Amino acid sequence: MSAALTERQDPSSAPARTSSRKLTERVFRIRESGIIAVLIVFVAITASIQPRFIDQANIQFVLSNTTVYALLALGETMVVISRNVDLSVGSVLGLSAYVSTNLFGHSPGIPVPVVFLVGLGIGLACGIANGLMVAIGRVPSLVVTLATLYIIRGIDILVVGGNEVVAQTLPSSFIAIPRANVFGVPYLAIVIAAVIGAGAYYLRSFRSGRELYAIGSNPEAARLAGIPAGKRVFTAFAISGGIAGLAGVLWAAQYQTIDSTAGTGYELTVISAVVVGGVAIFGGSGSAVGAAVGALLLSTISSALNVLGISPDWDQAIAGFLLLLAITLDRGISVKLTAALRKRSSGVGT
Amino acid sequence: MGPDGITPADGNAGPAPAADAHPADPLLSLRDASKSFGAVQAIVHGSIDLVGGEAHALVGENGAGKSTLVKILAGVHQPDTGSLFIDGSPVLLHGPADAQAAGIAVIYQEPTLFPDLSVEENIFMGRQPMRSGRRIDRRLMRAEAMALFDRLGVRLDPGRVCRGLSIADQQIVEIGKALSLNARVIVMDEPTAALSATEVGRLFDVVRTLRAAGAAVLFISHRLEEVFAICQRVTVMRDGRHVLTRELAGLTTDDLVRAMVGREMVQRPTGERGAPGDHVLKVEHLTREGVFTDISLEVRAGEIVALAGLVGSGRSEVARAIFGIDRYDAGTVLMQGRGLHRASPTAAMAAGIGFVPEDRRQQGLVMDMSVQQNVALASLGRLRKAGLIRAAAERAFAADWAVRLKLKYGKLTDPVSRLSGGNQQKTVLAKWLGRKPVLLIVDEPTRGIDIATKAEVHQLLVQLARDGVAVLVISSELPEVLRLGDRILVMREGRLTAEFGHADVSEEKIMAAATGQLQKQAR
Repeated sequence: MSAALTERQDPSSAPARTSSRKLTERVFRIRESGIIAVLIVFVAITASIQPRFIDQANIQFVLSNTTVYALLALGETMVVISRNVDLSVGSVLGLSAYVSTNLFGHSPGIPVPVVFLVGLGIGLACGIANGLMVAIGRVPSLVVTLATLYIIRGIDILVVGGNEVVAQTLPSSFIAIPRANVFGVPYLAIVIAAVIGAGAYYLRSFRSGRELYAIGSNPEAARLAGIPAGKRVFTAFAISGGIAGLAGVLWAAQYQTIDSTAGTGYELTVISAVVVGGVAIFGGSGSAVGAAVGALLLSTISSALNVLGISPDWDQAIAGFLLLLAITLDRGISVKLTAALRKRSSGVGT
Repeated sequence: MGPDGITPADGNAGPAPAADAHPADPLLSLRDASKSFGAVQAIVHGSIDLVGGEAHALVGENGAGKSTLVKILAGVHQPDTGSLFIDGSPVLLHGPADAQAAGIAVIYQEPTLFPDLSVEENIFMGRQPMRSGRRIDRRLMRAEAMALFDRLGVRLDPGRVCRGLSIADQQIVEIGKALSLNARVIVMDEPTAALSATEVGRLFDVVRTLRAAGAAVLFISHRLEEVFAICQRVTVMRDGRHVLTRELAGLTTDDLVRAMVGREMVQRPTGERGAPGDHVLKVEHLTREGVFTDISLEVRAGEIVALAGLVGSGRSEVARAIFGIDRYDAGTVLMQGRGLHRASPTAAMAAGIGFVPEDRRQQGLVMDMSVQQNVALASLGRLRKAGLIRAAAERAFAADWAVRLKLKYGKLTDPVSRLSGGNQQKTVLAKWLGRKPVLLIVDEPTRGIDIATKAEVHQLLVQLARDGVAVLVISSELPEVLRLGDRILVMREGRLTAEFGHADVSEEKIMAAATGQLQKQAR
């Protein structure tokens, strides 16, 4: 039958293996370098129109605006890579921000680290609840976290009532956190960058990190490879929740007035940042660094609109447009990549 | 992590055992396994002995119990009775992990890989070599993957992502993984079904390498020529029972076919070929850049035209362009003398074309929908009343076609995914026949289908032609091409290279035209 059609070919007639690797590497580097290029071009254009855009004050402003989003994006990246989504981060942030900083008013003199721990604890509890329902209950994460988005926000509204935490109740050491500078760079931005770096390193270099990619890339194959998918996904949600809890405390230090609307809508901004940063929305690829750059790009844009005197009303439209652009680019690259890889596919020509 | 579980051939394989039914010192031995699913007895007496250094073929029709046997070896199914011995000691496999630990690896027809991850990560996922601080040692991982491919004698870049790898390369990745797991028994479940001839050749080289290293290979295929080309011993199963185990030397294809089906295959008598009628399909100078060039062909009513050629020669692409799935850059497609809109399957269907695609699971069927819904899918317009599909009409329609095509199914409302491959293919055929097509295009009508059903599908296509339908068949299997084709067209690298009438054609002539040894002849 078709064996009769056998046309033998020496396997050594394969294209050199280095050429195809170079290609993959190039395209993969593009995944992040692309968005960095966009960022640089954007900054350059804006600065040429309005030099004030790159003065120290504005850079500081943009960086400290980015910190919360970039931190949230780290947790979201871990979840999205595993082919899940966490829509509850904004609500978790809001609840954590109020409950933790409300302690300053109730128990004056409470140490700042304890407040952070409380925020972390609230976030972890929410993340664990999400993780349990997704991993053990096997409910799609889109549904679970959509529900907890409302539930946690609802709890937040009940807890807050008509109150709010105001700046006067916050100790100055707490308020100073987002303002501390090292050579004009916000101290917090450096810490967050280090955290994101560590997260990216974890995802890249540890088995459990790689397994998150594996789960997102092909859940069935992950099961066959004996990967404890439930455990890994659960952990990703717990981390995402914990990070959102911490981010809530940082958010409070930055904005100092915390009512029940804190963090509303952040989940969508964060997911935008993640996707703009090159993380595949259906999992399997992307990096925490890319997601952080995505967050930086989004807040750079909103700052640029401000500096250029364009109405912030444009903010959302432009963010949405960028998202489309990112997804189109991503799709284009992956189609090109697949085609290119297919052509260079190993030693057998069909 | 040194993947050196396969000992050299002289280690434990020893000289080839004599031609008895149960060779000496088998690496793996399954004795009298039985397994039933509800009322269905999938395996009654499943027995097989696998010897190191030997490729052992397992053949049988679909439903003979091969897949169940494979799944028992893979640890997916636990047999109801019977026992499994590895190196002479009894083993119980509670799951795939146990099979892996016992040194059994299964290479499926379509491997499940991580498309976004690199080849090396696919091989070592969950078992990556580590350096200090439990970090993955990427360099070592790369080196080990390279070493695996060197041992297999294939060239594959371990650093590239798996997305875009051909099925053949994906299987190589799986085989590399099996090696890295120190597998000594490698089960290949119809690995060649989706491979081109060149890829089959390379896979065979890998099988030889594995044998030389002392592994036992269980090779499952519907293509008996392949069995003879690569295996030393064969086990035939029929109706869940072990029929025979022999050395292949001295056996013929006919012997195996007889053992599998208990009868000989009927060749199509010349009398079945009717006189072709009017032109139905006329394709002129059809070209799609980089895919196919200047394709002109015609199919008449009552005629079966077979399109032969190597996989990748552009046959399926021509069919897809005719049916309007893909665009074409130049040329025309005429149906019964009228031009057909390009890139519009709707127009093609309206003009009376039916298209049975190559990949029935992905393109031909909606796997989660029921048998009757799948059959009715292309005929919903006729089953509609006031915009609603009437279930009763749908059912009657599907039942009618199920009888005509001798479809074997549980209930018409069962999901089509529960049917065997052959019956799935019949379902796709029923779907298109229900529209009463003027022209039926069938791409690989019998891929992965057992021999008896294959004969039924052939008979069906012949009958259709006698009823005046124009049929265009694309097939990689030469006997099928010879049996069905009134005229045989051969493609090579995107061009038509030869045309033969059924009287003056032979396997050799088709092969020559398909591989380029016969240039500009016979046209």
